[in-house]
Amino acid sequence: MSVHEPSLPDEWELVVGLEVHVELHTATKLFCGCPNVFSHEPNTNVCPTCVGLPGSLPVMNEKAVEFAMRLGRALGCDVHPSVMARKNYFYPDMAKDFQTTQYDQPTNADGELALADSTVVGIERAHIEEDAGKTTHVGGGGRINDATYSLVDYNRAGVPLVEIVSRPDIRTVEHAKAYVSELREILLAIDVSDAKMEEGSMRVDANVSVRPMGSDELRTRCELKNINSVRSLGRAIEYEARRHVDLYANGEAPRQETRHWDEEGGRSTAGRSKEDADDYRYFQEPDLVPLAPTPEQIAEIDASMPVLPAARRARLGELSSVADEVLVTVVERGQDALALGAIEAGADADKVLTRIQNDLAVDDWSAVTSESLATLIQMETDGELTATQAKQVLGEMAAGEHGGDPKAIAAGHGFEAMESDELETLVDQLIADNPDEWSRFVGDDDGDRKKMQGFFTGQIMKATKGQADGRAVAQLLAQKSAG
Amino acid sequence: MSALDIAAAVRSGERSAVDVIDEHLARIDAGDGEIHAFNLVTADAAREAAAAVDAAVAAGEDPGPLAGVPIAIKDNMCTTGVATTCSSKILEGWEPPYDATAIQRVRASGAVMVGKTNLDEFAMGSSTENSAFGPTLNPLDTSRVPGGSSGGSAAAVAADFAPLSLGSDTGGSIRQPAAFCGLVGMKPTYGAVSRYGLIAFGSSLDQIGPFSKTVAESAALLEVIGGHDPLDSTSIDQPAFDLSSVLDRGVEGMRIGILRELSGGEGSVEGLSADVLARTNDAAAALEAAGATVVDVSVPSSTLGLSAYYLVAPAEASSNLSRFDGVRYGLRVDAPTTGEMMTATRTAGFGPEVKRRIMLGTYALSAGYYDAFYGKALKVRTMMLDEFASVYADVDLLLTPTAPTTAFPLGDRTADPMTMYVNDVCTIPSNLVGHPAISVPFGVGDDGLPVGVQLLGPALSEPTIYQAAAALEAAAPGEGSPS
Repeated sequence: MSVHEPSLPDEWELVVGLEVHVELHTATKLFCGCPNVFSHEPNTNVCPTCVGLPGSLPVMNEKAVEFAMRLGRALGCDVHPSVMARKNYFYPDMAKDFQTTQYDQPTNADGELALADSTVVGIERAHIEEDAGKTTHVGGGGRINDATYSLVDYNRAGVPLVEIVSRPDIRTVEHAKAYVSELREILLAIDVSDAKMEEGSMRVDANVSVRPMGSDELRTRCELKNINSVRSLGRAIEYEARRHVDLYANGEAPRQETRHWDEEGGRSTAGRSKEDADDYRYFQEPDLVPLAPTPEQIAEIDASMPVLPAARRARLGELSSVADEVLVTVVERGQDALALGAIEAGADADKVLTRIQNDLAVDDWSAVTSESLATLIQMETDGELTATQAKQVLGEMAAGEHGGDPKAIAAGHGFEAMESDELETLVDQLIADNPDEWSRFVGDDDGDRKKMQGFFTGQIMKATKGQADGRAVAQLLAQKSAG
Repeated sequence: MSALDIAAAVRSGERSAVDVIDEHLARIDAGDGEIHAFNLVTADAAREAAAAVDAAVAAGEDPGPLAGVPIAIKDNMCTTGVATTCSSKILEGWEPPYDATAIQRVRASGAVMVGKTNLDEFAMGSSTENSAFGPTLNPLDTSRVPGGSSGGSAAAVAADFAPLSLGSDTGGSIRQPAAFCGLVGMKPTYGAVSRYGLIAFGSSLDQIGPFSKTVAESAALLEVIGGHDPLDSTSIDQPAFDLSSVLDRGVEGMRIGILRELSGGEGSVEGLSADVLARTNDAAAALEAAGATVVDVSVPSSTLGLSAYYLVAPAEASSNLSRFDGVRYGLRVDAPTTGEMMTATRTAGFGPEVKRRIMLGTYALSAGYYDAFYGKALKVRTMMLDEFASVYADVDLLLTPTAPTTAFPLGDRTADPMTMYVNDVCTIPSNLVGHPAISVPFGVGDDGLPVGVQLLGPALSEPTIYQAAAALEAAAPGEGSPS
């Protein structure tokens, strides 16, 4: 069975909006003093409030509000006076049988998120809400309606969430994935969430529809749930879009519904239809007072906002001409300050960034400083080190050898000793020792010439234990054959 | 013996708290079989608490301002390890793991809880006939209701089972039973007494308040339970009231308005009986004689209170009572699926009045009806707030009857809910605007049963209200004698 095909037929356009739930890593839950930590022992981080005992009341966690506003500002949202609302529906993991969330007056509205390639995705809102508990259905098909019994763990009940709702501005699978990656980078940069999809601290639902290319209508969408990784998000969107196109091709149309992504089966299955969806009977939560951030509070959040990934990439982009992916990687790893310092110290920007991207993919690179990196790149530029040597030296710098000093490390290997006249002597010797090979090198056969270039370079490298600069060897060989 | 006399005697070591408690327990034992003020008498715990008070006195420690005073608690306030039922089958047997804030403060004052009192199920009613455990009778005339929903707490004081009790007032549930039982009943400013641990009916309306025979005892209990509580977000951030020191200041120079629309004047609500109106006029004359200026004032929207209340309170109740689903505590009626279990539990666990209000509230909040019902009721609340504010620019307090009639016979109003609902017509406006109001006995009706008159004031005007209430009490006709 062909589960999905790589892209849509040309005449169809993909329309995607994403709803991302993010757990805020506050010390305590949203409405009570219970610790906001994962626990394997069910129902241990609970109190009357987060289990919804009769008579209990919520008290807003001010830190969670601050985190939410910080996220809002990072997404360029307007931060508004807001109120909490009750979303009423019955489900055993909802301790109060209503979720305390925000409805018509969310904290953050009207922002945008710029992807690495400068595509801008609109943010409709980013609102505060509480998480529910976790239900395990035992027996039957493992779903609530046919289980023998169900177990509920309320440890997660009341964990603070922000739900970030994008506008349906996403047109490609790559952009959907990039949106989630970029959002994750922002969350990490402003330090409000661990944002780990695989652990559930970041959960992505995708609203997917298709439309004829060139049209600006919004057709019936399906909401895909149970997406557990960025890769899975891409697969799910592709599958769902294909399904819609196939339905339209058969003269049918998708129903507006929630669908469950089956990662193993590579397909989505129908869930609840939106037509018979609950009426949530939203109303303002009378147990909480409205949130009224002052202009001073917002100014303070703005003032303490770190430089965000997009701006950090833009800064590096201005100084270099490397591909976007290099910038994304360097900023993702938080190595952009290191790179900037090295560039400011006079090292070639492209070389710095490429070297970091390729050869500094390690957990701990704290022993590498901008100055030592600049020195290394300068040594490479000056021909004191070959590319291979520079890679090796950088690795040892990160490992903290010789105090991370590239000169000392290179000296330790004897790398800097290879002067160009020494190399020339070696080349002359090799030519003299291998006259047959040399005549094939200087002959008319291009294939032979390439082969013999490989032979001579290899011999030189062998003789110098890899210390010779490959480009310098090639240059010498070319000079000798021309001469 | 009044609460204040008991406290003085116990504090001075003149009487032992255990002795006081035993005396009251004996009275409960002898009388409550007929009255049914209590759902549960906590005799052992009471004797233990009393012994602790005696021990504190013996050790020379301060046993608290209400040392040794027996107090009855409405059975919708959480008490650690003591069954709290809301007079509903759905909570039968549930023992809260925590004390309501008001209960903590009562205990800290040295007062001793003797038991949990009967109420209309979930405080929904005006006669205590809606209790799942049978009605409470009016100790002054056992063929009559004690009023409701705090009928058990009123009856407990009227029957001398305890000099003090706590009730809760969502639309008149303290003041109306106080009037029916010849007691002082106070609904404080919304937010003046913590709601933490009070099992919610209408969260934006509920307030805990005291019952007593005299104004001074009422003041003493409110001083104990009032003041800011960080566990209730709607709690007003101010210290506890000082009321006892203002009781003897009189009403000289005070301006008191007769609220025309709730006192039989022009444009008045209907159904206010002539004897009740006559006592209200007597009370006005008494205040005037004591030096107050009495004027006629109008709050036109106060006639809309009943309609607005029966949208707001059921709407909030429909959400507040969702949590009683059989999953975590209380009654569970087993059924094949979770959904069916919830339905079966709620069907068996809730009485007809509770179901009626859940249906009413669910409807009022439904998509498509919200604006016409709940939304409009919110507008009425805003309008009332504005109108009360302009009236209070001119007068200090308002005077109205507490209830349209004296205590009515058991079974008299159960057939038609509307005849029951109109009982609250004079008390509801204070809940809708969050203002304080007190009911003080003032003479008797044609049937020889007590009449209560109500003093209303703006938010946090408790000292002024108690000052005037004390003056009214002093001028009231002798106990039991027709005026």
